[in-house]
Amino acid sequence: MTKPIPSLTLVCLTLLAGGALFAAQQQPPDRLSGQRSAVDLTIGDRIGAPPRFAVPDCLTPDAEADLVAVGQTIAQVLWDDLEFEREFRMLARDTYGTVPRSRTLTDLPFDAWRELGADGVVSCTVSSLPNNQIRVQARLFNVRSLESAFGVEYSGSIRNARVYAHQLSDEIHRQQRGLEGIARTRIAFVSDRDSESVLGLVENRQTKEVYVADYDGANVRRVTVGRSLNINPAWAPNGRAIAYTSYRDGPQDVAISHIYEGRLETPMGGNEYVHNWLPAYSPDGRQVAYNSNRDGNPELYISNVDGTGLRRLTHHPAIDTSPTWSPQGHQIAFTSDRTGAPQIYVVGVDGTGLRRITFESYCDRPTWSPAPYNEIAYASRTGPGFDIKIVDLATNERRQLTFGLGTNESPSYSANGRHVVFSSTRGSGAKQLWLIGRDGNGLRRITSTGNNEMPSWSR
Amino acid sequence: MTCSLRNVHSGVLHAVAARGHVVAGAIVVALLSASCVRNPPPVEPEPTAPPPGARSVDPAPPSPPPLPEPPPLPPPPLAGEDDFASRTLEELNRESPLEPIFFGYDSSGLDAVAQSIIEANAGVLERFPTWVVTIEGHCDERGTPEYNLGLGERRALAVREYLVELGLSVAQLRTVSYGKEFPFDPGHDDSAWASNRRAHFVITSK
Repeated sequence: MTKPIPSLTLVCLTLLAGGALFAAQQQPPDRLSGQRSAVDLTIGDRIGAPPRFAVPDCLTPDAEADLVAVGQTIAQVLWDDLEFEREFRMLARDTYGTVPRSRTLTDLPFDAWRELGADGVVSCTVSSLPNNQIRVQARLFNVRSLESAFGVEYSGSIRNARVYAHQLSDEIHRQQRGLEGIARTRIAFVSDRDSESVLGLVENRQTKEVYVADYDGANVRRVTVGRSLNINPAWAPNGRAIAYTSYRDGPQDVAISHIYEGRLETPMGGNEYVHNWLPAYSPDGRQVAYNSNRDGNPELYISNVDGTGLRRLTHHPAIDTSPTWSPQGHQIAFTSDRTGAPQIYVVGVDGTGLRRITFESYCDRPTWSPAPYNEIAYASRTGPGFDIKIVDLATNERRQLTFGLGTNESPSYSANGRHVVFSSTRGSGAKQLWLIGRDGNGLRRITSTGNNEMPSWSR
Repeated sequence: MTCSLRNVHSGVLHAVAARGHVVAGAIVVALLSASCVRNPPPVEPEPTAPPPGARSVDPAPPSPPPLPEPPPLPPPPLAGEDDFASRTLEELNRESPLEPIFFGYDSSGLDAVAQSIIEANAGVLERFPTWVVTIEGHCDERGTPEYNLGLGERRALAVREYLVELGLSVAQLRTVSYGKEFPFDPGHDDSAWASNRRAHFVITSK
């Protein structure tokens, strides 16, 4: 059984500038290009310094308590989203006390915001519609020119407050910085938070299941059930399916959950003797690379998502595992212990051009970045535990993101390549998911319940 | 039937006992003797579990004629073996006659001790040809979860391969890799790690 994830299908977005109305799941067209040529709407004129933004609570003309709470949630989530990409210097929300409340969506105390040092202010209102629906209107104002740089309107369920904020953040990043934000992406991961005893003949075994959360750790939904082990989730690029290693039928097999349809399939043909695990979707979503023992040893294989077109990628008596695709889908990085300890290798999808990437003590879980970056993040043993490192494939430069606090494993890139999620035992000793910038800045924890590991960040 | 065990010698027993697996040692002894005297098949009457219904037809058993004392070799084949038919799978697995195989760090190699335990397990499986066992490959917590799935698979496959070499049918042998997901010892020291690097036998049907 798969719980549906609240999607944006109910959210319609009207851009005040263009008046275009479209389902938010579609890629928004670039409606602002014409506008931008008329007047420069990009806020911030200090050379080299990020513009300073403020996000006060949304106005709630109806003054109902639940709307007020939604207005606060939207503002706080938007502030966090904007802070996350570090494209703007976000003015702390507890410093707005000296600024009088806006009278309307467009009637702002600009002088007070200017005194506080803001270059831009996000103004928003939340009003109620019938049937527990709300309308959210937002404008981004340039505090110096007093112009509205852009505006949006969303309407939909009151339960989707965080989604409106995430979408607004992505819109602001795209319009102001030309950046593809990741505020609406999700992270699939493995957790023992609802652990039950495994059904089976051996006692004292606890289940692990696959979950998804928003990128910021909120809105956790469970994907798998079944009193068994479900691990190694991997998002389909279209975000509508998750492939993972499932033990629901006994030995490990690749399962694919179509999360919006509540449909589960095991297309790779596992049985008592043939085991499949560690799936990874190709960037076009049409193929899956995975581990299998079908020829008597853990080797890597590629097949179509429906299991047809199977071909073997690796031929070596050592362990070959942990496949990850290059952004164009022409190469696969993987782990092999063919020279002793596990190291990272790259090979063409046709099996040619094998080369070794790491020469360290023990490396695993390579994850190829999305374009425009061309780098691989991996877990590298640096002491008793592991740290996250990145190798730039063009320059062969290596950099380390974590430094020996706990053990840090299983990195996965955000869709825009600017962030990495990984599991770490730092702090309490429990495995938790943490986000960090690819430059090593902006570390933050996004889980706290139970143990959480093996993340996969959606495209 | 021929004696299918090989490489079993007293040195193995010492090594096994030294690792703290005295039970395994005892079974090796038992099998050594048991499977090498299977010619002729055991003629001893069931000492502890009379066949069902025996009691009702035999209220006052006359003293059975004393059987000739068999040659001194065979001690009772396996502790509790005669109960195996009546025990549930859960009970069988709780006190399994199949001993786990232990491995070195990041290795799926079978050393002499591992081989002797597999041989002992092979003896048990030969005596119970209807049993189907799942050989679970397990790893200690020090590696990554992803790589350890492959390592656990290799361990399970290595044990299965040796059992097949010893003459067992693949149909009796399933494998699975749990990587480091199901540690037997939750500790974080050498002894816990050694205990968790194993191929574990689970009797899945009989």
